[in-house]
Amino acid sequence: MNKILEVENLTKIYNSGERSLTVLDQINFSVEKREIVSIVGPSGSGKTTLLGLCAGLDKGTSGKVSILDNRLETMTEDERASLRNKFVGFVFQNFQLIPTLTALENVMIPLELQGQSNAKTISKDLLSRVGLGDRLTHYPSQLSGGEQQRVSIARAFSNAPEILFADEPTGNLDEDTGIKIESLLFDLNKEKGTTLIIVTHDLELAAKTNRIIKLKGGKIVSDTPSLQPVV
Amino acid sequence: MSQLSFLVRTAFRDSRKNIRKLVMFMSSIILGIAALVAINSFNNNLVSDIDDQAAGLLGADLAITGNRPLTKDLQLATDSLNSKRAEEMEMFSMSYISKTDASQFVMVKAIEGDFPFYGKILTEPEDAYLNYQEKDHALVDHGLMLEHKLEVGDSIKLGTKHFYISGRLKSAFGSIAATSSFAPAVYIGKQYLAETNLIQPGSMINYAYYFKLDDPSIADTWEEDNNDKFRNESLRIETIEERKENLDEAFSSLNNFLNLIALVSLLLGCIGVASSILIYVKQKVPSIAVFRCLGMTSKQAMAVYIIQIFGLGLLSVIIGAALGSIIQVYLPVIFKDFLPYEVVMSVSWKAIIEGIVAGLAMAMLFALAPLLGIRKISPLRTLRTDMADKGSDPLKILVYILIVLGVFLFLYQLTNEVSSAAVMSIGLLVSFLLLYGFSILMMWAIKKFFPRGWNFVFRQGLSNLYRPDNQTKTLLVSMGLGTAVLTTLFIIQGLILKNVDSMDAGNQPNMVLYGIEKKQENELKKITEEFDLPVIQQAPIVTMRVAGWKGKSKEEWLADTTRTARRWAINREARVSYRDYLEDDEELLRGNFTGEVVPGDSILISLDEGYAESLDVDLGDEITWNVQGTMMTTYVGSIRDIEFRSMRTRFFILFPNGVLEKAPQFLVFVTKSPNTETTAAYRSKVVKTFPNISVVDLGMILSTLNGILSKVSYIVKFMAGFSILTGLIVLISSLLLSKFQRVKESVLLRTIGASKNQILKINATEYGLLGSLAALTGISISLVASYFLATRQFELDFSIEWWPLIAVFLFITGMTIFIGLLNSRDVVNKSPLEVLRREA
Repeated sequence: MNKILEVENLTKIYNSGERSLTVLDQINFSVEKREIVSIVGPSGSGKTTLLGLCAGLDKGTSGKVSILDNRLETMTEDERASLRNKFVGFVFQNFQLIPTLTALENVMIPLELQGQSNAKTISKDLLSRVGLGDRLTHYPSQLSGGEQQRVSIARAFSNAPEILFADEPTGNLDEDTGIKIESLLFDLNKEKGTTLIIVTHDLELAAKTNRIIKLKGGKIVSDTPSLQPVV
Repeated sequence: MSQLSFLVRTAFRDSRKNIRKLVMFMSSIILGIAALVAINSFNNNLVSDIDDQAAGLLGADLAITGNRPLTKDLQLATDSLNSKRAEEMEMFSMSYISKTDASQFVMVKAIEGDFPFYGKILTEPEDAYLNYQEKDHALVDHGLMLEHKLEVGDSIKLGTKHFYISGRLKSAFGSIAATSSFAPAVYIGKQYLAETNLIQPGSMINYAYYFKLDDPSIADTWEEDNNDKFRNESLRIETIEERKENLDEAFSSLNNFLNLIALVSLLLGCIGVASSILIYVKQKVPSIAVFRCLGMTSKQAMAVYIIQIFGLGLLSVIIGAALGSIIQVYLPVIFKDFLPYEVVMSVSWKAIIEGIVAGLAMAMLFALAPLLGIRKISPLRTLRTDMADKGSDPLKILVYILIVLGVFLFLYQLTNEVSSAAVMSIGLLVSFLLLYGFSILMMWAIKKFFPRGWNFVFRQGLSNLYRPDNQTKTLLVSMGLGTAVLTTLFIIQGLILKNVDSMDAGNQPNMVLYGIEKKQENELKKITEEFDLPVIQQAPIVTMRVAGWKGKSKEEWLADTTRTARRWAINREARVSYRDYLEDDEELLRGNFTGEVVPGDSILISLDEGYAESLDVDLGDEITWNVQGTMMTTYVGSIRDIEFRSMRTRFFILFPNGVLEKAPQFLVFVTKSPNTETTAAYRSKVVKTFPNISVVDLGMILSTLNGILSKVSYIVKFMAGFSILTGLIVLISSLLLSKFQRVKESVLLRTIGASKNQILKINATEYGLLGSLAALTGISISLVASYFLATRQFELDFSIEWWPLIAVFLFITGMTIFIGLLNSRDVVNKSPLEVLRREA
């Protein structure tokens, strides 16, 4: 079994009073293990909604989503949380670090949730790997944007996820820092053998993935291999 | 286990950087609990102090008094009391003062035993009361000594015996007969009374037997069991509890008031807790969403914050309890010079434990409602910050029910009355709902009738009240409820002080003149005017005895074994007055008061309710009186309730005008002397002019009463002040917390070019409207609440003074605007980036 993520006939409709808005309409695709996929499309095309549904952060209105054969729509919110903790990692555009925890503590959370006793050692190693070995006790507000995203990447890899979702990982960074973060993300992904799904506007970044899924108006308009994959 | 330790660790880590935000939460609890513990300790200490005072007024746990000694049977009955005993014989007598060669009417009090068991005889020298009974020594009333220029070491002759004056009697102590003390007192040892030869056949002697019980708790039961037996022999049993009832109105109001303050303190703390946790949880939403995203279950996420809040809550209640204990022990020391009396304070463990348990339970209950919201925070918020959380939460309703139940239990524990606790709980719930409803209505109204033509600054301030993340509901409810609770306290405090003022012993008459013959009336008035003293009351007194009632003679009734009328009511020599009006402190309960009787008509008299019950008569019943030899038939025309709170002469039996005018009678004058010296000089002049008139100085009793009332007044003011201060700090804390809600918006406005002035005006508009509406609603609720509290719980006359309420309105509004502006101080004075980084 090589498929890690399977999406079948996924539809998401938001209801607001009398009106309803179809954000995703009959989406079908699957992702193989270790694959690097980018989801691109204009604003409002449903990229982020699709990412949230694939990661089990929300439920679709109809259709199926499976991660490692676990059917997300049949699971409770807490079961999905447990699945995320075991198999899923996240990198967000706005880093989403807990402001009241230090860099090290932020990275430790997924491991501590799993009850791992060596959470600190693993997290320190990861922070050193992303170049922040000397910033362990710094709070997010004491770090630059690039540094915060590096902490976020370290946290995303800390629980050795099978699949990692990244939502505009370089969207909040300047070009140089963005390029460094991309490299770090791809390098770590290669190192850890993780499946990576990136939502982005950045076509240059999308081009570096194995496969590009284009969304428009809530539908997949193309699903093609990339021309310049980095791996 | 490792899960729990992870949750505890996370709770701790997360709290470190939040401590500044949680300081407000903690301060709400600390101040609420400090006030609660201080008040309860104060309550325990001062109420027990006042209990001692009441005990001091009686001087014993139990006293038996009457104008005859105990019979053998009754003596046997008292033998069942395990106690220390003392006896007193009291009689009026003339004394002779050789130093001035003058005679003086005095009340001789011959005492045997360590009486008073409670309270002190204040004498000069201080130790004079210790051994006056052992020798032929006397303690003599201070006023009498002043009048006759007597000094300790002089002598006074009672009957045929000279007594050495060993002390000056400065303050009345708990003599059972203190209130009927119609002449200056002279205390001697009982063993020397016989040597005075004052006891002659026909002498009027009052006997008193005092008991200090090994187990004081049995006093009231013993009194109930034996009351009838003693009453039938015209002896009266009195206990401390009964004596306390004499001052009951002030005491019960005080107790209710202290309970109200304890409730107010806890509620204010809880309001602070609920609003600070609500705002705190709102700020934690992004972090919680991340936790959830990383795999934390909803229960784990809630557990982290419950552990955090519980830990900090526990720490806070402990600090609060310690602070409360320190405050209650040391405040009286700090304010020593301002205190009208010496307060002995000790740590009250009962108050501390109650405070910690009640405080923690209530704080957690109030925190739980906002904390439950954590379960509903979606992890999708990491991707979409504007994501709404999922649906309503039935568990919240359960928590609200638990809060109401918790408040009810707390109130029940305070009042011991289910109905009062239920009414107050419902009142609080209704207030909450009113404020909540009002806040929703206000938001709807502003949105609906939004003044689009106004300038940007005011529009922005107004729109802050209804747009997403507004704090209208939170602040309006918390500030409104806080204002309502505080203003209620403020109004009730005022009403109680007014009530205490009306009892002010300093304004009470303090001199009674009796035995005045009708022909002496005008001359006496003249003398009184010369001394610039007011004639507060003037009443004629005719003595008479009951000869029969309801168709039977007195003798027949006494022989009747089925009789329910009390012997004391049958046997007493009645002092009857007549007039055609009711005094302010008399309330007509039943029948019609007849002020004037036309010759030939039936004589309709008015009886005190208690006396009518004791004589077993009611409206229309016939009573025949022996008016100094003449029989007179009357009918009960009305029943009155007499308020015995003020020092005026009161009459159980009141005749109408037109009946007794020609009967042998004397007059009573009641007046008020400004000081002991005037009393002494006036008494001297009156007695010299009219030797038959007795001038009774109530000054000593009044000074004791005044002492108690000044305590009551002090406690009321101190406690209310303390609680009001606490409430204000909690309100200020809630407002300061709201800063975190607005800081990002203000920074954004600042970044895109809003001037300092504009930011301040926007905030002033928002906070000004919030403050004024919260104050207005709160004050309106407080008016209703204080009306019900005053009339139902405190039994006070309700009246409102508007100026203080206007001042409260202006103060709350002003304070809200001031803090709102203070909150934007950082935004307008520092760079936006600096502010955002610091608030993160």
